[in-house]
Amino acid sequence: MFEIDFGKPKNDIIVGIDLGTTNSLVAAMGPTAPFIIPGPDSDPLVPSVVTALANGDFLVGNPARRALVTHPKLTVYSVKRLMGRGVADVRDELKLFPFRIAEGSDSVIQLALGNRTFTPPVISGIILRRLKQNAEEHLGEPVTKAVITVPAYFNDAQRQATKDAGRIAGLEVLRLVNEPTAAALAYGLDKRKQGVVAVYDLGGGTFDISILRLQDGIFEVMATVGDTHLGGDDIDNLLLRIALEDLASEWGEDVSTNQEAVQLLRRAVIEAKHTLSALPVAHIVFEYKERRYARELTRDVFNRLIMPVVDRTLAPCRQAMADAKVTAAEIDEVVLVGGSTRIPLVREAVERLFRAKPHTELNPDQVVALGAAVQASILSGAEEEKLLLDVTPLSLGIETMGGLVSKIIHRNSTIPASATETFTTAVEGQTNVLIHVVQGEREMVKDCRSLARFDLKGIDPMPAGIPRIEVRFLIDANGILQVSAREQRTGKEQTVEVKPSYGLTDEQVEAMILESIEKAEEDFAERQVREMRVEADNVMHAVEKAKQSDTWYELPQAERETVNRALNELMVVYHGDSHELIRAKIETLDEVTRPLAESIMNAAVNTALKGTKI
Amino acid sequence: MRYYDAFGLEPRLTLDSADLQKRFYRQSRQWHPDRYSTKSPAEQAHALEMTALINDAFRTLRDPVARAEYVLSENGLEAATQRGKDVPADLLEEVLELNMALEEADRDQIERSLKQFERMLAEVDGQLAAQFADWDAAPSARTLQPVRASLNRRKYIGNLVRDAKKAVDAPRTPSAQPLES
Repeated sequence: MFEIDFGKPKNDIIVGIDLGTTNSLVAAMGPTAPFIIPGPDSDPLVPSVVTALANGDFLVGNPARRALVTHPKLTVYSVKRLMGRGVADVRDELKLFPFRIAEGSDSVIQLALGNRTFTPPVISGIILRRLKQNAEEHLGEPVTKAVITVPAYFNDAQRQATKDAGRIAGLEVLRLVNEPTAAALAYGLDKRKQGVVAVYDLGGGTFDISILRLQDGIFEVMATVGDTHLGGDDIDNLLLRIALEDLASEWGEDVSTNQEAVQLLRRAVIEAKHTLSALPVAHIVFEYKERRYARELTRDVFNRLIMPVVDRTLAPCRQAMADAKVTAAEIDEVVLVGGSTRIPLVREAVERLFRAKPHTELNPDQVVALGAAVQASILSGAEEEKLLLDVTPLSLGIETMGGLVSKIIHRNSTIPASATETFTTAVEGQTNVLIHVVQGEREMVKDCRSLARFDLKGIDPMPAGIPRIEVRFLIDANGILQVSAREQRTGKEQTVEVKPSYGLTDEQVEAMILESIEKAEEDFAERQVREMRVEADNVMHAVEKAKQSDTWYELPQAERETVNRALNELMVVYHGDSHELIRAKIETLDEVTRPLAESIMNAAVNTALKGTKI
Repeated sequence: MRYYDAFGLEPRLTLDSADLQKRFYRQSRQWHPDRYSTKSPAEQAHALEMTALINDAFRTLRDPVARAEYVLSENGLEAATQRGKDVPADLLEEVLELNMALEEADRDQIERSLKQFERMLAEVDGQLAAQFADWDAAPSARTLQPVRASLNRRKYIGNLVRDAKKAVDAPRTPSAQPLES
């Protein structure tokens, strides 16, 4: 048997990553189909949980999930809910999640874990780094490029935060892909020449509905609507609250402030929820400090409890159909995505609304990551037929007089999309103009999401209203805004200083990456120093030994001093952190001890010769 | 005109939407950034610009009103920016009638007005189609002016329809909102 090496240049592998609220996965494209890359524990899912241990190490995934009970104060989960958000946004979540927000969380939330603080992108970055390592171990080659999925309804700040997390993890994020769109790719629905597809994506923390048109391999998103705060977590919190109340009345003791007990009870209700997807009855069983609480939960009762959560997904579905200008009858296929679509009530509601039996062939936990791997393959140039045309989920606007919003790019516009607006000055000699950019559908600025303030600087002083600054707003293929400006008459490019309302500045992200790069370099440098010290040890040991010999005392005084000086100098740099300096001093010592070494050698030879004479 | 150039089309107000869609897909296949992720930064930047242009152009040209507004502005004829400041003289009576109905929350009258305005809207659209054909046959300021007039009228009536619809869709509002001026 022989193998032929075609010498094909190896393309850098691009992985697809689903960075989920509850679980994260990494996938790659195989010869015929995408596949999920399991972790070392052979679990395809890496729970999106991170524990920051006191010694500086991190637990990620299943070990961290176990640590939720043992180290609740050092462990964080569902961090995706905090990505790209401000403290005021998450006040409600804080009542339900054991997030501890540190002081100084102005535009970026700082999570306190023990006595260290972390931003959500760093926590997500730690999860991504683990997925990257899993992929590298499995594939046996370095992984530096990735496609990461985001909820379709993520705003600019949430997308930017996800991209930042990738950079922090040492990944070049080639594309952010919307989760429902990725799912459509995974299903290979392009095999049907043309049609209309609805993707219903109910995950742990987010809900998206997308309507796509398929035409000869082109996936054109017509409309996407969603809720970034609606998912399985809401069901868990609902059940948890009821169980806590029930438990309090039975035990006469409120355990809701006891983190460990709450986490155990949370796990028990989640288990019951999972059971109810397959069986008509489940039991919530909770044992704590030798006391036992058990409740039967039937699917009927469960359905009644979660009905409001399921109902909240229906209005966005109707909105999406209206935006896409299609009726339920015109939808050819429905795809279910996200673990929460395993719930029978959810499936029934979807089937009733779209009057079509939904696709469930692919594992709803894995379909998004698989789709991300397909998109990665498209980016690598391997899939000529397929092309994704996605949209921006939210309208982009600028603040005008009286706190009103003037929309410049409407939601459901295919991206990349751009708009140009001309601005001028209001007072004579004004040299900068501040533009406030928001995202959302409402007419007042206060009801929309503030994205950033762009400061156009360095305008030549002129009478009011004379400068004409053309500002170009461009939403790229990742759904992220770029802004550029030029003075119209001079054609001079204006400086635009961005002050993001939520999220990290470029410099902050840069610092976080540098930190990890510095650490890597430090590790390498440290190893070099260690190796050089070993060499220094050998040399010094040899010199010290030589100094015990008669030959040493036969050397001229000046020569002995030179050797001693070189030895001292080496000892001085020995504990420093420069391997180069240590090497230099080793070389000097070598140099000045050469006569000594030669004399010793000669003496040894003489002794040996003498010896033979005896 | 850049938006037409993007699809290799002659500037025409009347467009075949199926043909436009086909051209959009073809251009997207050629220029989408996904096709350039292994290329140089300069090529990527160019692809991004081209795709943004194609998308902006498609979004504008596929909608007859947006398309006509684009052609107007490219010819230095801005469509009216002040929404409905002056009531077209022939609509005065109907507008007053609707205003009064909105103030009194007279649902029957609002619905009658709504039907009337929707009929007028369809009428304007018919006129626009004819005016589009006129300009396509002989593009000039003379053939473009009527398009502008119709667009302004359309916008005015469109606002009336929107306000009337809002009042009809929200019947429980105790006091109807005054008509936007």
